[in-house]
Amino acid sequence: MYTGKSVKRVDAFDKVTGRAKYTDDLCDKKSYVARILHSTIANGKVVSFDTSEAEKVPGVVKILTCFDLKEKHYYPTAGHPWSTDPSHQDVSDRLVLTERVRFYGDDIAAVVAEDEVAAAQALRLIRVEYEEYPFVLDVQKAMEDGAPLLHEEFPNNILKHTQIRQGDYEKAIQEPGLTKVEGWYETPVVQHCHIENFICYAEMEGNRITVTTSTQIPHIVRRIVGQALGIDWGRIRVIKPYIGGGFGNKQDILYEPLCAWLCMQTGGHLVKLDVPREETFYCTRTRHSIRNHIISWVRPDGTYAARKLEAFSDQGAYASHGHSICAKGAGAFPQLYPCPNVEVDAYTVFTNKPVAGAMRGYGIPQAMWAVESHTEDVCAAIGADPVEFRRRNLMPVGYVDGFSKNENYYDSFNQCLNKAMAAIDYEKKFKAYQNQTGDVRRGIGIAMFWYNTAVWPISLESTSCRMVLNQDGSFQLQLGETEIGQGADTAFAQMAADVVGVPIEKVHVVSTQDTDVTPFGTSAYASRQTYVAGFSIRQTGLLLKEKILDYAHTLTRMPVFNLDIVDGNIVRTTDGRVLMSLGELATEALYSLTDSRHITAESTYQVKSNAYSFGCTIAEVEVDIPMCRAKLLNIVNCHDAGTLINPALAEAQVHGGMSMGIGFGLSEKLIFDEKTGRPLNNNLLDYKLSTFLDHPKLMAEFVENPEPTSAFGTKSLGEPPACSVAPAIRNAIFHATGVGVKNAPANPHNLFAAFKEAGLI
Amino acid sequence: MYDIKALYEAESVADAIRLMQEHPEAQIIAGGSDVLVQIREGKRAGVELVSIYGIDALRGVSYDEEGAIRIGSLTSFSHIAADPIIQEKIPVLGEAVSLVGGPQIRNIGTIGGNTCNGVTSADSASTLFAWDAIVELAGPEGVRRIPIGEFYIKAGKVDLKPAEMQTAIIIPKKAYEGYHGNYIKYAMREAMDIANLGCSVNVRLSEDKKTILDARIAFGVAGPIPMRAPSAEAAAKSKETGKETVDAFAKAVLEDIHPRDSWRAAKAFREHIAVEMARRALIKSIELGGGVIRE
Repeated sequence: MYTGKSVKRVDAFDKVTGRAKYTDDLCDKKSYVARILHSTIANGKVVSFDTSEAEKVPGVVKILTCFDLKEKHYYPTAGHPWSTDPSHQDVSDRLVLTERVRFYGDDIAAVVAEDEVAAAQALRLIRVEYEEYPFVLDVQKAMEDGAPLLHEEFPNNILKHTQIRQGDYEKAIQEPGLTKVEGWYETPVVQHCHIENFICYAEMEGNRITVTTSTQIPHIVRRIVGQALGIDWGRIRVIKPYIGGGFGNKQDILYEPLCAWLCMQTGGHLVKLDVPREETFYCTRTRHSIRNHIISWVRPDGTYAARKLEAFSDQGAYASHGHSICAKGAGAFPQLYPCPNVEVDAYTVFTNKPVAGAMRGYGIPQAMWAVESHTEDVCAAIGADPVEFRRRNLMPVGYVDGFSKNENYYDSFNQCLNKAMAAIDYEKKFKAYQNQTGDVRRGIGIAMFWYNTAVWPISLESTSCRMVLNQDGSFQLQLGETEIGQGADTAFAQMAADVVGVPIEKVHVVSTQDTDVTPFGTSAYASRQTYVAGFSIRQTGLLLKEKILDYAHTLTRMPVFNLDIVDGNIVRTTDGRVLMSLGELATEALYSLTDSRHITAESTYQVKSNAYSFGCTIAEVEVDIPMCRAKLLNIVNCHDAGTLINPALAEAQVHGGMSMGIGFGLSEKLIFDEKTGRPLNNNLLDYKLSTFLDHPKLMAEFVENPEPTSAFGTKSLGEPPACSVAPAIRNAIFHATGVGVKNAPANPHNLFAAFKEAGLI
Repeated sequence: MYDIKALYEAESVADAIRLMQEHPEAQIIAGGSDVLVQIREGKRAGVELVSIYGIDALRGVSYDEEGAIRIGSLTSFSHIAADPIIQEKIPVLGEAVSLVGGPQIRNIGTIGGNTCNGVTSADSASTLFAWDAIVELAGPEGVRRIPIGEFYIKAGKVDLKPAEMQTAIIIPKKAYEGYHGNYIKYAMREAMDIANLGCSVNVRLSEDKKTILDARIAFGVAGPIPMRAPSAEAAAKSKETGKETVDAFAKAVLEDIHPRDSWRAAKAFREHIAVEMARRALIKSIELGGGVIRE
């Protein structure tokens, strides 16, 4: 058995030695280089360009502007499975270059040059004349009547408004003796900051175009490049090599359509589009800033009588993933702490800000910031113990969600809490840090999180797998599910080796997806790779095994039901005798003069289930009040991600998510000039991504309750680790100082304001 | 790929001066940790460069004949931090430059580049201000030495005449002997950051350690260029090493500094932090000098 063991990553040696190839490594050095001209106004229209000086720069091949786009094919960008039902399709509001500018940074022209220097020089020389409109950056101001309208088909800039109504809120709040707790909790615009910026290149051969891109979702890229160019999807080939992180930003179509269009406009010549860090910050995607308003009505016994959430999600200028993000958080609200009387209103609203899309957690980090900050405020208001209050109100065992049919099979919440509390010595510290005085104080805080796995029943869950047996008894494994740094290829190899019955070295994972040859799948998002691929790997592995044993029968005359594949050998189960090696069988199968077969298996599995994935964070901080700083001393995450396929990789996944949560909670925020809408800190110096020195030792704990719906007992772990870190840190600061920060991050600017208001400084 | 028109590599100080005279538009490049970033941003795109990085004579820390500490302008931050003279006489300078960027930047970045940039946030600058450093400059007219306070003219502008370059930074013996100091960098994260405020304090105590004979304090980012806080210094000079003195010193800082209100930090926030930094850096300096803070 390989599943459940910390086997080495299949790509470990290539990655640490630098031998693994990424998009830029693969691009021929003779490529043209493209750079994008972004608008320097936040709302308006391009009137004209003067490219005369730019054209003179030696090495400039072609300058293309929004006015060169003769056929306008609007396309959606979200990396969702396509829907054949038009009412479920993503909003098609993008063009490869746009005349109508909706945020500071919109794509209005591009330079294609022989090298980077020429492209940069030309870019600086293009003059643009605009017609400027007023713009709006605040999510609630954008909803007001008379606010600048971004898209005519969306009045008041509301992309979507959804509601949840359970019980009777108005009646429930009449109950005598209730305590009302109300608060506003906001999260900032943040960016994924994957190490590898967005990059892609395109070239034509015949009438087909190949796009090699740093993406999480190659098959979706193919569909959308087709939609954007208005050409048959079969003419497009998309290749996805190793990527240097995506975190959801690359679960969106970024500049693949533009690069493909530029390639076609330059006679099919190889064109590379390598987006600089500064542009990746504000011209690709960000995480939605969400302003949440929560009202809870609490009984003296510490139970909820009624609850209300209003969430305002800042979409930025284009729809991208749109309302799915806010809706996910809104959907979690009545589930995490169920209450009979609930009202939820979720709004996703356009503003003249960079486009928000998917980012690790997909709305849940924002929702948990609000819900778990609020939970702490509720505990303070009624004098409840934060642990006991949570235990009393969290989703109970046996809870079934009416929509997804997800069931809470185990007592994961309490098990995770107990394990995390023990790991960080919670009880002792919680008591020791009560009622401190002085400039420097310590605190410890908890936050829970709700998550699920994959997107069923909202979207299609289709996974395909191919296994091709080689003469030596090894086989190639191909999947539409992608390796994006998380270790998926390794987990796939472990599962495949176990199902077929071969040593793991005999599984050759084809890491690169090439839509010409890779089986269809919608790839890496929703923390679903291991869960969904597990189904098709198991199904296809059994199919391959069946074909192998059938051939073994022809060679050995033994009945198939007495045969098995064990450790790469054909074994007679009745006496355990090794009849032949799989290599001997495969060689005979290929070259037999009487019965030659190329043994392969391929199948698609449509997953029609989803799975809850729960856990918590506990953080311990030291707050230097006069200096307005919180230092993280200790932090632990505990997850029930079902059965772990590879514990070491699971731990690494949790570490990465915790790191993102630490930045989200303490330091990261993309800020904009109120006067122009220009991003002010779109670089890694001014955008405060946390560093190694800002991290304590990250502790990852697990509870392994096997997931009953899963092919291998496993469920989501990609995004969950990023969901509860920030509110746990916030609650620890609250415990230390009595000051509950409302807006993330709890950086010195916000702590200065909060401590001042509280009279601490 | 950088947009560089030409690169001239100097072999000596005289050679560098000659190259700058021949190419008056050229920009000096040492470690390049600032210049290359500016070229990439387009600010100095198409620039001509005179590289002085190969002039080893400008590297190292030594005593001159008068006992002053001489730091060659090309000495890297990591070499300064590891230097035995610095560690013995002005360890605070080593501590300050160890807070610059990350390890790679500290290996390539030089103290000359850090000061010639003329930026107020340079981690070395406030400490050099607080230690009465002298800047040595060499040009076609010969060598001159000026106090660091005069070297800084305004934000991004230092007193370098055409074809002139910085060759050393000198800390006179009377400026360091008997002094103990502390530097506090206030930034939004623990590494890879520039200061929102930097504060360097040093003191000379009486023999019985009960009186502050002299106190010096300098700030970075409290104004457009690094600056001393004379009101604070006066409030501590010849005073007892008590809590009252520390409070008076810290509060007096506000009479001297004038930080900006910017998106990087609000003025009120910087002022609040400046007072706290002054307090902490003075207490630490007194303790390093063997004194205690009496209530």
